[in-house]
Amino acid sequence: MREEIIMAGFGGQGIMLMGKLLAFAGMKEGYEVSWLPSYGPEMRGGTANCTVIISTEKIASPLSYRPDTLIAMNYPSLHKFLSRVKKNGSIYYNSSLIQNKVDAEDKNLNEIPVNELAADIGNDKVGNMVILGSYLAKRRFISLDAVKESLKEIISEKWQDLIELNKRALEKGAEYINKIRP
Amino acid sequence: MEKRLMKGNEAIAEAAIRAGCRYFFGYPITPQNEIPEYMALHLPQYGGVFLQAESEVSAINMVYGAAGAGARVMTSSSSPGISLKMEGISYIAAAELPCVIVNMMRGGPGLGGIQPSQADYFQAVKGGGHGDYHMTVLAPASVQEAFDLTMEAFEIADYYRNPVMILGDGVIGQMMEGVVLREPVKLEELKEKEWATDGAVNREPNIINSLFLDAVKLEEHNLKLKAKYDLMREREARAELYKMDDAEYAVVAYGTSARISRSAVDEARKKGIRVGLIRPVSLFPFPEKIIRSTIAKTRTYLVVEMSLGQMIEDLKLALNGKRPVCFYGRTGGILPLVDEILESIELMRRGEGIEADCCLS
Amino acid sequence: MKLTAAYPESLTGKEFHYCPGCTHGLIHRLIAEVIDELEIREKTIGVAPVGCAVLAYEYFNLDMQEASHGRAPAVATGIKRVHPDRVVFTYQGDGDLASIGTAEIIHAANRGEKISVFFINNAVYGMTGGQMAPTTLTGQRTTTSPLGRSVESSGYPLKISELLSILEGSVFIARVSVHNPAHIMKAKRAVKTSFQYQLDGKGFSLVEFLSTCPTNWGMKPVEALRFAGEEMTKYFPPGTYKEVE
Repeated sequence: MREEIIMAGFGGQGIMLMGKLLAFAGMKEGYEVSWLPSYGPEMRGGTANCTVIISTEKIASPLSYRPDTLIAMNYPSLHKFLSRVKKNGSIYYNSSLIQNKVDAEDKNLNEIPVNELAADIGNDKVGNMVILGSYLAKRRFISLDAVKESLKEIISEKWQDLIELNKRALEKGAEYINKIRP
Repeated sequence: MEKRLMKGNEAIAEAAIRAGCRYFFGYPITPQNEIPEYMALHLPQYGGVFLQAESEVSAINMVYGAAGAGARVMTSSSSPGISLKMEGISYIAAAELPCVIVNMMRGGPGLGGIQPSQADYFQAVKGGGHGDYHMTVLAPASVQEAFDLTMEAFEIADYYRNPVMILGDGVIGQMMEGVVLREPVKLEELKEKEWATDGAVNREPNIINSLFLDAVKLEEHNLKLKAKYDLMREREARAELYKMDDAEYAVVAYGTSARISRSAVDEARKKGIRVGLIRPVSLFPFPEKIIRSTIAKTRTYLVVEMSLGQMIEDLKLALNGKRPVCFYGRTGGILPLVDEILESIELMRRGEGIEADCCLS
Repeated sequence: MKLTAAYPESLTGKEFHYCPGCTHGLIHRLIAEVIDELEIREKTIGVAPVGCAVLAYEYFNLDMQEASHGRAPAVATGIKRVHPDRVVFTYQGDGDLASIGTAEIIHAANRGEKISVFFINNAVYGMTGGQMAPTTLTGQRTTTSPLGRSVESSGYPLKISELLSILEGSVFIARVSVHNPAHIMKAKRAVKTSFQYQLDGKGFSLVEFLSTCPTNWGMKPVEALRFAGEEMTKYFPPGTYKEVE
């Protein structure tokens, strides 16, 4: 088993945290993991992306040129990485911010209205957890519970009171995708 | 054993603390800031000192003072900052002071960029500062190895009384992977440094110095240093061989480019090409003997670097004209792709793509 | 019979290499005498500079480190942070401290680094053969200011004691001269005060010595002492610039 995921969005959408959480949960489940950020000179407001690789084998290159999965939180990110996703690979994208028709016939498209779902549980900042929840519900190699359990290790001490909210967001994203694609 | 998800930079900082390093002097520069930040947060908890110096020049001279005073001490920087430290490193090597210096390389020359690069190879292994000296240079290719080699670096530094450089790049520093943490060393068990300047109580004064005005004495001193470097060549050279048992072709790469090359080797094997990977772990001493041990089976070597070709010179010296050498490199902060390396492997097999200055023709 | 003077234990006894009439040797001795009087020889670590006093580590009978040019305050910082209970001093000339090492001295002072700095200002680069120093007086001839230092081209002689005394981290800053016995005694008291401040854990201190260089000034020793006492003191007035209670 080897899964290469690129996660991308605006700085501030929690892209890096989402990647770290998945990598940490993967490590706890006994997989080899790597998390690699792409960094620019801007600290806030630019584009952010990271590559997570989860594998049963030792990970050679920590880079992913042809990812199995793309999680795109905004249009520029989708546009940038869409063509690189493997044939029959999966794309999870934030349809709240991406209204354009997405053309990718040889890939599995998953539209997640991330902002609306996050707003439903009362905090639009947890969109990252919503889309991660959807991804995990569909690609079941790491359990949702393992990821929820990892939150306390990844979220800094200052924000520990937000763990429950993040758990609800993960569940919300999972419920959404289970409902539309059982 | 405890396993943590850590960035390479954090793993290096944690390893230093576990190796008994209690003093860190540094100056901010991307992409290594997690090291000073980690030290600033954690060292005081161990009764240690983190000091943000006024410049890299000052930082390395604080390292000189602290190392001369007998402490395990570290500094870290990235390419332009390492250039500034070079004067101090020459003095440290000459005065035979143990310390660890981390270089998380970024694209150069000049101010360059902030993306990962391996273009400081020459500077790291050939001297960098003035005079006949070498640092011991270790090049981790994973976060685990960054941790392990940093802990070991302090032992090597103390044993040889020589500066040891951990040579990484933005990928090694910024990447997170799982790390099994080793137990900390016991400070009270570290060998006493009877040469250190800590106050001349009931003994002759200790002098930390690199000045030898008498040329005869200076030559003697240089020969003494050389004997140390020869001993390192004998004992400290190391490389990882991957799928080399039957390899007709070999990719030679270190650090991040070795990680990418390993994927390319796996892909090439799927195509039936008998290719392996030689990954130098110590860059000084360069693992010449290990490389020479492969020439019985291996016909051609491909060097892959995130530079325009620096380690290739050491490989050619090691092979001494006995085998042809090809090269593929990206520079300026661009990472080579698996497909690009695979293509170079295929070219190598066809006997093509050999650099004009390579010796296949 | 009462012994009034003895060779200090804190000097090795090795013959100084300094030129006739140069006051480096005298200043070495003052420092060594104070170290003896305070009984801190075994806990003192000195840092030698690059310049005429580069061989200071051969003269002081103490643990010593030889620093690169201008970096002595950084080296001393490293030593002091490792051994906060020891006494650490630097001995630096004007090129070392006031030119190439300005960043190091200002930041060491500003951090309140608990070290003593002995700054030897003889207004010229001695070891390299008489070039202009940052403290060369206006109009003073050197090999690189053959027509005399011009303010237009080289700016003003740098007043280190005045400069460092305004920093919050400095606790004792004094400029002294060693051109006659009365001033020598004052200078020795300043050295002692500096060490005492360090022993009390108070902060950064510096003693600036107006020193002679007959060789590069092109003067006889007595003339050089007169020049230091009468000319240098006009621009570089001796005195205590800072003394924090």
